[in-house]
Amino acid sequence: MVSSITDLITGIVGNFFTFVQLMDATVRMAIPLLLACLAGLFSERAGIFDIGLEGKMLAAAFLSAAISFTTGSVWIGLLAGIGASMLLSLIHGVASITFRGNQLISGVAINFLAAGLTVVIAQGWFGQGGRTPSLTGAQRMPEVDLPGAFTRIREMRDASPGMQFYSEFISGHTVLVYVGLLCVPLSWWVLYRTRFGLRLRAVGENPAAVDTAGISVVRLRFAAIVICGVLCGIAGAYLSTAVQAGFTKDMTANRGFIALAALIFAKWRPWHALGACLLFGLFFAIDNRFQNIQLSAFWVIVFLVAASALMMNYARKNERIDVLVLGGISAIFVTIAVSVWISQIGDGVGAIGALWETVKLPTQLIQSLPYILTVVAVAGFVGKAIPPRAGGEPYVKER
Amino acid sequence: MTFTKTLAGAASVLALSATATLADPALIFDLGGKFDKSFNESAYNGAVRWAEETGGSFDEVELQSDAQREQALRRFADAGNSPIVMAGFAFANALSEVAPDYPDTEFVIIDMVVDAPNVRSVVFNEHEGSYLVGMMAAMASETGTVSFVGGMDIPLIRRFACGYAQGVQAVNADATVIANMTGTTPSAWNDPVKGSELTLAQIGQGSDVVFAAAGGTGLGVLQAAADEGILSIGVDANQNYLHPGQVLTSMLKRVDNAVYEAMAADDLQMGFNVMGIGNGGVGYALDEFNADLVTAEMQAAVDAAAASITAGELAVHDYMSDETCPALEF
Repeated sequence: MVSSITDLITGIVGNFFTFVQLMDATVRMAIPLLLACLAGLFSERAGIFDIGLEGKMLAAAFLSAAISFTTGSVWIGLLAGIGASMLLSLIHGVASITFRGNQLISGVAINFLAAGLTVVIAQGWFGQGGRTPSLTGAQRMPEVDLPGAFTRIREMRDASPGMQFYSEFISGHTVLVYVGLLCVPLSWWVLYRTRFGLRLRAVGENPAAVDTAGISVVRLRFAAIVICGVLCGIAGAYLSTAVQAGFTKDMTANRGFIALAALIFAKWRPWHALGACLLFGLFFAIDNRFQNIQLSAFWVIVFLVAASALMMNYARKNERIDVLVLGGISAIFVTIAVSVWISQIGDGVGAIGALWETVKLPTQLIQSLPYILTVVAVAGFVGKAIPPRAGGEPYVKER
Repeated sequence: MTFTKTLAGAASVLALSATATLADPALIFDLGGKFDKSFNESAYNGAVRWAEETGGSFDEVELQSDAQREQALRRFADAGNSPIVMAGFAFANALSEVAPDYPDTEFVIIDMVVDAPNVRSVVFNEHEGSYLVGMMAAMASETGTVSFVGGMDIPLIRRFACGYAQGVQAVNADATVIANMTGTTPSAWNDPVKGSELTLAQIGQGSDVVFAAAGGTGLGVLQAAADEGILSIGVDANQNYLHPGQVLTSMLKRVDNAVYEAMAADDLQMGFNVMGIGNGGVGYALDEFNADLVTAEMQAAVDAAAASITAGELAVHDYMSDETCPALEF
């Protein structure tokens, strides 16, 4: 049974270890998205839209790397990163809860503030052009090596499939990966199984009712904002001290916005958020891993045509905008499929023989895959996403 | 209205004539950033060396986006700076627009050729330097598989990859060379996360020496290689010190010399200027950080190859001459 599964996987990606590495990279790319997504989930469930996730992550990434470098301890760095993120969160809270400002504008301001300040402060502090010096040793997040696991990729390559899976996928991640994954059940439990969670969700749906029950809307919303700050802080610290060894300008690379897309995709639910973030992580892992895929033309055409057919079938049952978006993408897919076929005909190869020629997928297609799939996923397959009803509106107490 | 215009015009003429006498050189960095520990930093070091030796001063600007190229050039030209040195192939379009408008200003462009009477174009024979480090990679490799991570997918970077692959195959004809590019947009110069992901994938395919020609992205490549215990090769500036004992060598591209010469020359030669192995433009780095990694045998073989390239006995195929590579398929 196990061997037939590994055989199947081997048939698809060429080699089992490649598959394990792909899964490993998926988790690695998904964790910052996941943490930011959960951060947004708490905030938006309480009725505070937060497009400042990106800025908070960036500020946390910078300060955790900087403090980690100066103190030599990554844990102090992590705390500093969380502090930076919470500070920005509180600014957002004061602007949008206390002073009832526009939540979107305040979020945008936080993004600008973080993008500019991190580089300026880093330049003034370290004089290395807006980056922190490289972190080494205890300045970086340690990896958890479970007993018996190999730590080097070169050793794993020759190990048995089970050992590869254990060493690469289960073991060898940094602490924050496990923390991030644990945050999912924890968030679910807090939101759906505690009194605090119930009130938090209520405040995002109908703050007036919560207020009538004698519970402070402002205090609940601030609590949500603080949780959001902590999670964003961990996400930022993960980027600069675990994935990378140091802060570089704009290193979050729009992950905060992708996390927001994942949040909509997950319809503001923790377990679905995990699924959505892993999916986005997989897209990016594919982009990074498979720059040169060689397939027979037949499979390329089958894949493209099947994808178009599926999309059209789905779009038919939906609104006009879905038909337009998905129909357009389907048309592009079919055009590519036909042109692949035509390009292989010739040189003594007939129309049927051309199907079995090996084609190399262009790098550009692979690189655009995450974005194409994002559009397909968000525009087409998400169904109707209904945000918390009181989201985006400041609560004004009736007098 | 007309009066204020005249006033403004007169004021700007005054301002121009006041600053034109200064004629400080200026240096414009590309999007990788001034301190990328690579290409741009090398250019900066050349300018600093000139400033320290002569006591002169230079103006500089770091670009934030592609749109600023022409603006930065015109600003320095209007302010009377000369020569204006720009580090990067991407300035070619902007410069060919700007250069004819300022016939008295001297421009120096590195890595690209712009045909104008007041432009000095400096290009490097990167394929020759890459050939040398490719030989070293093949000799240091135990698995017979080595790899390359490029920044943005442009002919210039393919030239690095192609020279590298030729060097590898000159030593070990059966060796496998894996080559990946980070992206197709300028952000590919500054994406260390993706650089390290690509490196991990290459190690998974068996590579045990990786050559990064990717600006700031290369920092992630070198980091991943050091974390996984394989050797890496730096680029442009000497990057051996970044991970002592784990960087095999660095492919030196003496951008600093090019900048220094441009700023120091009294009578700057305009036109086409090639820096290769022969005139110290490219080479490999040997210092205390990689002394234990480079064997005497390696050094002898590479020095012999360098000598025969200089003498013209050994020709390394240049990808940019015909956009093909005999040793590597892109």
